[in-house]
Amino acid sequence: MTNSIKEVIHNEVIFVIGSNTTENHPVIGALMRRAVKQGARLIVADPRRIPLARDAHIYLPIQPGTNVALLNGMIKTIIEEKLYNEDFIRERTTDFNAMAGALKDCSVARSAEICQVPEEDIRKAARMYAATRRGGIYYAMGITQHTSGTDGVYNVANLAMMTGNVGVEFAGVNPLRGQSNVQGSCDLGGLPDVYPGYQKVTDEKARRKFEDFWGVEGLSPDLGLTLPKMVDQALEGKIKMIYVMGENPMVSDPDLNHFEAAIDELDFLVVQDIFMTETALKADVVLPAAAFAEKDGSFTNTERRVQRIRKALDPPGQAKADWWILNELMKRMGYHNAFETPEEIMEEIAACTPIYGGIDYPRIDKKGLQWPVKDKDHPGTPFLHKERFSRGLGLFKPVVYRESAEMADEEYPLILTTGRLLYHYHTRSMTGRVPGLNEVVGESYIEISPDTASRFGVGAGERVKVSSRRGEIEIKVKVTRNIKEDVVFIPFHFADAAVNRLTNVALDPIADIPELKVAAVRIEKMA
Amino acid sequence: MIKLIIDGVAVEVEKGTSILDAARSVNIKIPTLCHDDRLKPSGACRICGVEIEGSSELQASCTTPAREGMVVRTQSDRIRASRKQLLELIWEDHPNECLSCQKAGECELQDLCYDYGVEAEGFAPLKVRTPLEDSNPFYTFDKDKCILCGKCVRVCEELQGESAIHFVQRGHETAISHPFEKGMAYSTCVSCGNCVEVCPTAALMPKTEEKFRVWDIDKKVRTTCSYCGVGCQLDLVVKDNKVVRVDAARDGENEGMLCVKGKFGYSFLSHEDRLTTPLIREGDGFREASWDEALDLVADRMTGIYKAHGSEAFAAFASARCTNEDNYVLQKMVRGIFKTNNIDHCARL
Repeated sequence: MTNSIKEVIHNEVIFVIGSNTTENHPVIGALMRRAVKQGARLIVADPRRIPLARDAHIYLPIQPGTNVALLNGMIKTIIEEKLYNEDFIRERTTDFNAMAGALKDCSVARSAEICQVPEEDIRKAARMYAATRRGGIYYAMGITQHTSGTDGVYNVANLAMMTGNVGVEFAGVNPLRGQSNVQGSCDLGGLPDVYPGYQKVTDEKARRKFEDFWGVEGLSPDLGLTLPKMVDQALEGKIKMIYVMGENPMVSDPDLNHFEAAIDELDFLVVQDIFMTETALKADVVLPAAAFAEKDGSFTNTERRVQRIRKALDPPGQAKADWWILNELMKRMGYHNAFETPEEIMEEIAACTPIYGGIDYPRIDKKGLQWPVKDKDHPGTPFLHKERFSRGLGLFKPVVYRESAEMADEEYPLILTTGRLLYHYHTRSMTGRVPGLNEVVGESYIEISPDTASRFGVGAGERVKVSSRRGEIEIKVKVTRNIKEDVVFIPFHFADAAVNRLTNVALDPIADIPELKVAAVRIEKMA
Repeated sequence: MIKLIIDGVAVEVEKGTSILDAARSVNIKIPTLCHDDRLKPSGACRICGVEIEGSSELQASCTTPAREGMVVRTQSDRIRASRKQLLELIWEDHPNECLSCQKAGECELQDLCYDYGVEAEGFAPLKVRTPLEDSNPFYTFDKDKCILCGKCVRVCEELQGESAIHFVQRGHETAISHPFEKGMAYSTCVSCGNCVEVCPTAALMPKTEEKFRVWDIDKKVRTTCSYCGVGCQLDLVVKDNKVVRVDAARDGENEGMLCVKGKFGYSFLSHEDRLTTPLIREGDGFREASWDEALDLVADRMTGIYKAHGSEAFAAFASARCTNEDNYVLQKMVRGIFKTNNIDHCARL
């Protein structure tokens, strides 16, 4: 998030696109509802009538995969009706004309047609958002998990910049991160292109810095592979071994049949986890890890706040903290780290990661700090891009709508989209072992609109076969008016009837994020 | 700014501040049952009544704004008598079950009755107990222990935005309930537990695997929730190396709010399926191994593959559920030892 969680309550306009906030970030969702009660205006764009849609002043039930078209329609409206913030565009940004020029042939009417929502609703949403300087956009994987995911993010930024709703308090471009430390694992170099603190692996200066700092030679100057590309190369036999720490890709990855074949090709697979996950079952060695309540450390949340986790329990049996296991392995391979506690690791992090430069355990003992925290006196950064953007001038990117990799056709006439539920988390290795949560939702299901259900002759509670070009699953039907006709939804938590046997591995060309939100499927009634 | 005098102390507060908050600003404590800083004051319980010079009635300090020149007393025989009488009225309608009640020791009603000398009668008339409403998997509702402070209703409406519960009936029949009264499991409740968190008595109680008394708790440990990226702060309540309850932290960015997973989704920690020892593949299954054996094997195999096939044969998945420190060490191993940047994680998934 460019801005902070608590700023939500001061937003005048909240625009939620591609985020089922009350189910997936419930405490932020509740804050949004409070803001609406206090007078904030709420715009929700989602193919499903998510719980927050009932609180919305404008609800846009867009077709899956059409975020870019919707945002272009809003941007076009703002240009046509001259609702943009001229001062902000002039003083803080560059390339506005290039962005606007790319929309020369785009019309709001055409956007409405692509998104399957009324043109006037797009215009109303645009006017509502453009009329405030306290507009917060909130998005999640509904924006990013598309072959046009990067374009979606660019376009969110375009919309925010043209209205001056970024770089100021109570506004911003706010991706909501889905996991306890997804922000931190990105920040600390868990990505193929950057060292800790987003220092580029391709930058020679950065490389030299880490070679000196770690006392090693020959750090790779080449970009590493993204996860989907690792899978491809494993299948081709180029990647021989994978070390998996606390992930369960055998449920969470797209096109699982493809993934499983790749994993089976490996010479050696190590999985370090707290449970025997579907992925661990495939491993050559499984290492028992301590859970979050059994170790010290820190997580960085969606508003960039670095917060402590603390050991409350002894781990079961011989389970050990992940960092300890890795440290022991490195010792055996001849590298001796100069730390014995997580606190000392954080000291090392601070010394080589400028955005974490001022962070240490005493400072975050009572309350976490939001990066960038440049030094020990820096108070942290509640919102980014104040006065100037990190890169200098905010860069508008021209974005043109492209169709999803797969569209509905005669053979596969329905569009499948996926997501999470309030009562489960990711691949259910934790929540699947909490009896109460399973009592509420114990098995997977497919959401189908009443019209679609009757057209395919299936009823609530019946089982259907759902197939895509990549696989098929059998699953229970839930008929609901909360989804568009010809669109179906399956939560991705469940290993039984895993929806990722169906999803499309087509990637966004820049971010390599798979198009998990759009796949063409068909359903057949089971005998 | 407004100047007033509370218990002889000169206080200066902003216009619109309640007498309760004005008193708290100078560390004068006034007891409450229905008050919560995050909620609009409701004045339901009247326990916070104070004397104001020139006013013949006691005034609820939570709903009465401070005014210029006010002279307020928060302690007097009359105030004590009034609070005691209010507590006696509540107690009269409350099951005399403190001996067996799990809330004992943390119960605001019990504490106030102690403070004000309310006696439990030895032979109170037998009351017909309303059955426990336990349809929700995560918490129970004991109607007879409800003192109608309304905090649960207001949290659900004002903070959670669900409005799943409300007052029903009138007068002595007034109760907390939900539409159609089929049981909370069949209501629109999302089981966030934020009502359970604020209940001053045992009317709303989390379902726990085992009984425990508050004085048997070993410790409460402040930590960050392990589920989504909001990073809610919470306290793990620990007894005998087991989490027995989760309390929301008021001083985190979540301001005392949690969701069903953060509040009630902790029992996986002590699940029998937890991995407890390193395992090495043997045929279709695994055999148990010591750390030394497992780590030696992993180090040997990894080094062997690295020597035979080079950097590009190695890849690692970092974790969005592991700590900053864990992830830092993993990428250091991948980059520093295997000389590759083939590290990624499920940020894309």
